[in-house]
Amino acid sequence: MTNIIYAAIVLGGMGLIFGALLGIAGRIFKVQKDEREDEILNVLPGANCGGCGYAGCADFASNVVNGNAKTNGCPVGGNDCANKVAAIMGVAASEVERKVARVKCSGNNNSAGLKFRYYGIRDCIAASKLGGGQKLCDYGCLGLGTCQQGCKFGAIKVVDGVAKVDPDKCTACGMCVSYCPKNVIEFVPYTAKPFVTCNSKQKGADVAAVCKAGCIACGICEKNCPTKAIVITDNIAHVDPDKCTNCGVCVSKCPKKVIIR
Amino acid sequence: MFKEMFAISITALLIQNVVLVKFLGICPFLGVSKKISTATGMGLAVVFVITIAAILTWCVNTFVLIPLNLAYLQTLAFILVIATLVQLVEMFLQKCVPALYSALGIYLPLITTNCAVLGVALLNIQNNYNFLQMIVYSISTGLSFLLAIVILAGIRERLETSDIPKSLQGFPITLITAGLMAIAFLGFSGFSI
Repeated sequence: MTNIIYAAIVLGGMGLIFGALLGIAGRIFKVQKDEREDEILNVLPGANCGGCGYAGCADFASNVVNGNAKTNGCPVGGNDCANKVAAIMGVAASEVERKVARVKCSGNNNSAGLKFRYYGIRDCIAASKLGGGQKLCDYGCLGLGTCQQGCKFGAIKVVDGVAKVDPDKCTACGMCVSYCPKNVIEFVPYTAKPFVTCNSKQKGADVAAVCKAGCIACGICEKNCPTKAIVITDNIAHVDPDKCTNCGVCVSKCPKKVIIR
Repeated sequence: MFKEMFAISITALLIQNVVLVKFLGICPFLGVSKKISTATGMGLAVVFVITIAAILTWCVNTFVLIPLNLAYLQTLAFILVIATLVQLVEMFLQKCVPALYSALGIYLPLITTNCAVLGVALLNIQNNYNFLQMIVYSISTGLSFLLAIVILAGIRERLETSDIPKSLQGFPITLITAGLMAIAFLGFSGFSI
């Protein structure tokens, strides 16, 4: 009997002492932390994708409180999240335009020519170190899916040798852009506007020689655009989303069908 | 004296490696061994916590449990001590050494429930070590965890770029690797010091 009492006293006593110790230590070693940090953390998406440029959502929250980061700095949460963060910080929210990533290449297995057959590890960065990759075009998507592996939202998939983004899943976190060795992924506004799916800065004849689906800088889209929203610079067509009225003339006129919606 | 300490540390490091021979602390061994840098952080945190926890539990056992004939409460009491200790260390580091806290921070709570820590505390008692032997044994055991996890992390970094059959990718190949490492460490068991 005494044994049981001793045991209860010893363990209970230890528990009490340690509990009190932790309580006191909690007071002494309390780190001053802004309450708003936790509140902001709660309204953030919590994917810790790093799209804001900080090491995860908690780091972003503490930087917002310190004034280093903007309240609309989270590209994943979009307007909704920016409004909530701004409300917590007590400042007026500024609109963020929703953006999505798009791949500036349509040179799939049928249309793009190959330099060699690549049997190495399935990684675009590794492939790009071998003479710039297996495709004849030096600007195009290598299609080995490094972006697909890097995407935390399952929004990018390699189809037929070219990466394709699902705009509804894409959160514009920028992971794919940082992985892509060819810099072939670009952010565009979510509202579907005509988009040039080619990245080649080579002259028209050179493009036509290596890829059946490349912009040859013929200028037909430029001439036909009623609002002068499409301009050819560096041998490739560019759409200015501010001027574009989404009329679709360029899409139907493009002889290579590289301008798509 | 020196010879004895040397024998204890070599035994803990290689012959009775805490992870690969005693199979303690497998969870962090597999979970935090993707990169050498994080594996080193985890390993150092384990060395630190094991050493301090072993000292405290040894004192609790020698000065409280043994005199009161309560040695059968070791497991319970030690868990209490270790959990409290990790909490305290975490608070202390957060306040006083923020740099170390941000380096070890996420690993400390993981160690609370690590059976290697409790294992060392109990083994110290089982082996009837005195204070000095206990300290040498604890540090060596922590270092043996560090050794094992860093080796595995190095192998896993190489595995990242190798051509592995699809069904073995990820955890299966890691488990096979760990198993092969354990077999390799069996080679030390023939040593007698």
